[in-house]
Amino acid sequence: MSTSESRFPVSRPALGAGGATGAWRTKKPIINISLCVYCGLCDVYCPTSSITVLTRERKIEVNYDYCKGCGLCASVCPRKAITMVEE
Amino acid sequence: MRREALTGNQAVAMAVMYSDVKFVAAYPITPQTSIVEKISYFVEKGLMKAKFVNVESEHSALAMTYGAALGGVRSFTATSSHGLLYMHEWVHWASRSRVPLVMAVVTRTIGPPWNIWPDHSDYMDQRDAGWIMLFAMDAQEAFDMTVQAFRISEDERVFLPVMVGLEGFIVGGTTMSVALPDEESVKEWVGERRQPFVFDGSANITLGNLASPEDTYILHRNIHEDLLRSIEVIKEIEKDYSETFGLPYIGPVETVGEKESSYAVISMGAWSGDLAEAIKQLGRNDVSLYRIRVYRPFPCKELRQALSRKNGIVVFDRSISFGSFGPLYMDVKACLDSEYTNVVNVIGGLGGVDHSLGEYVSVLRKILGEMDREEKLEKQIWMEVSR
Ligand code: SF4
Ligand code: SF4
Repeated sequence: MSTSESRFPVSRPALGAGGATGAWRTKKPIINISLCVYCGLCDVYCPTSSITVLTRERKIEVNYDYCKGCGLCASVCPRKAITMVEE
Repeated sequence: MRREALTGNQAVAMAVMYSDVKFVAAYPITPQTSIVEKISYFVEKGLMKAKFVNVESEHSALAMTYGAALGGVRSFTATSSHGLLYMHEWVHWASRSRVPLVMAVVTRTIGPPWNIWPDHSDYMDQRDAGWIMLFAMDAQEAFDMTVQAFRISEDERVFLPVMVGLEGFIVGGTTMSVALPDEESVKEWVGERRQPFVFDGSANITLGNLASPEDTYILHRNIHEDLLRSIEVIKEIEKDYSETFGLPYIGPVETVGEKESSYAVISMGAWSGDLAEAIKQLGRNDVSLYRIRVYRPFPCKELRQALSRKNGIVVFDRSISFGSFGPLYMDVKACLDSEYTNVVNVIGGLGGVDHSLGEYVSVLRKILGEMDREEKLEKQIWMEVSR
């Protein structure tokens, strides 16, 4: 939590509020576009909101500045479209 | 002003309705039940426009009250004894989240053995949680304090939950004539709901997230400092209330007797009435009673002023910190300068024991006599009981 408020234990999450977590990564998610069905599960599960899936536009994008390499996306993907590869 | 014959519990329920409370979650427990019974009646009859939720436990009662308060509505719950202990985790959630809400604690002994009679053990168990803690001695005070509690809790200088204590049965269950201001003017006096942040989905905000030790330290220190400062807010709000409705202002500590007396008796709650009577029977006008009405923040400054130049102080506690002293005694001792050595702690009334007037007279006669003769004093004395 980064809090500018000293009286209330609230935080206001925003992209990068916890710092550039991309530096934590030892493995990187790589998406195999030919397998992806744009279901959006990886987007929902990503704890840093680093994957954006646009189902209708059939677009998927990873923001590597903040992706911390946890691998959640790879483990929830029903199509096994995401592989974690060493940095 | 209109007067109605009300029990302490009914007075609390009326105050909740008059304060325009919008949400109440509760689980019944003796001797609190008649508060929420009355409120649910008000809601059913359409006299009170609020949502009443009958939850499955006290843990949920305070959790839901907290949730509703976070969501932006004035919220209330009430409990006693084991119910209060069961919700204790949420007692801390409420204060450490700085969420304004009000809870009535109709005090009852903690078991085992199973016991439904009043002492202060359940209330005192909450003293380190960061709530503002008021304590009423009769139904009138229970009404007035509950109304004031909403204003205090929602004051931006405070933003902390407020607990209103009253003893089960002897206050909660006995009837007296209560002066009731007009409902609409009370609503207007309490005003619009005010709170530091609202969780209604409109803002990107989280609460209770992991924080660094340093952030946590600062937040907790601020609870303490705001709580200390809140004594002035509590006084200001009580003054405003009493001026608006033409009721007497009492303050955080009530003095019964001469201000300049040589001896002080300190107590909290309904048995203060017995002690005032006992002092009268002793026939000594050099003894005054000081009744604590605001327990947290502890009214240190007010007490130090009141107790300056006293030759002896007797503190009555209706609960005990097992293995140490009564909580009230420890607070009084911590406030006093070191030259005060004649401070005696009397423990009594545990488990709901009703001591007789004669017993109060004799314990006071014994201690004051020893103080008069400058004898060596026992620091802690227990009232005798016969089975
Ligand atoms: S979970 Fe797998 S299939 Fe679904 S959008 Fe993400 S990468 Fe594509
Ligand atoms: S590896 Fe973790 S942080 Fe990175 S995109 Fe996947 S779920 Fe998000």
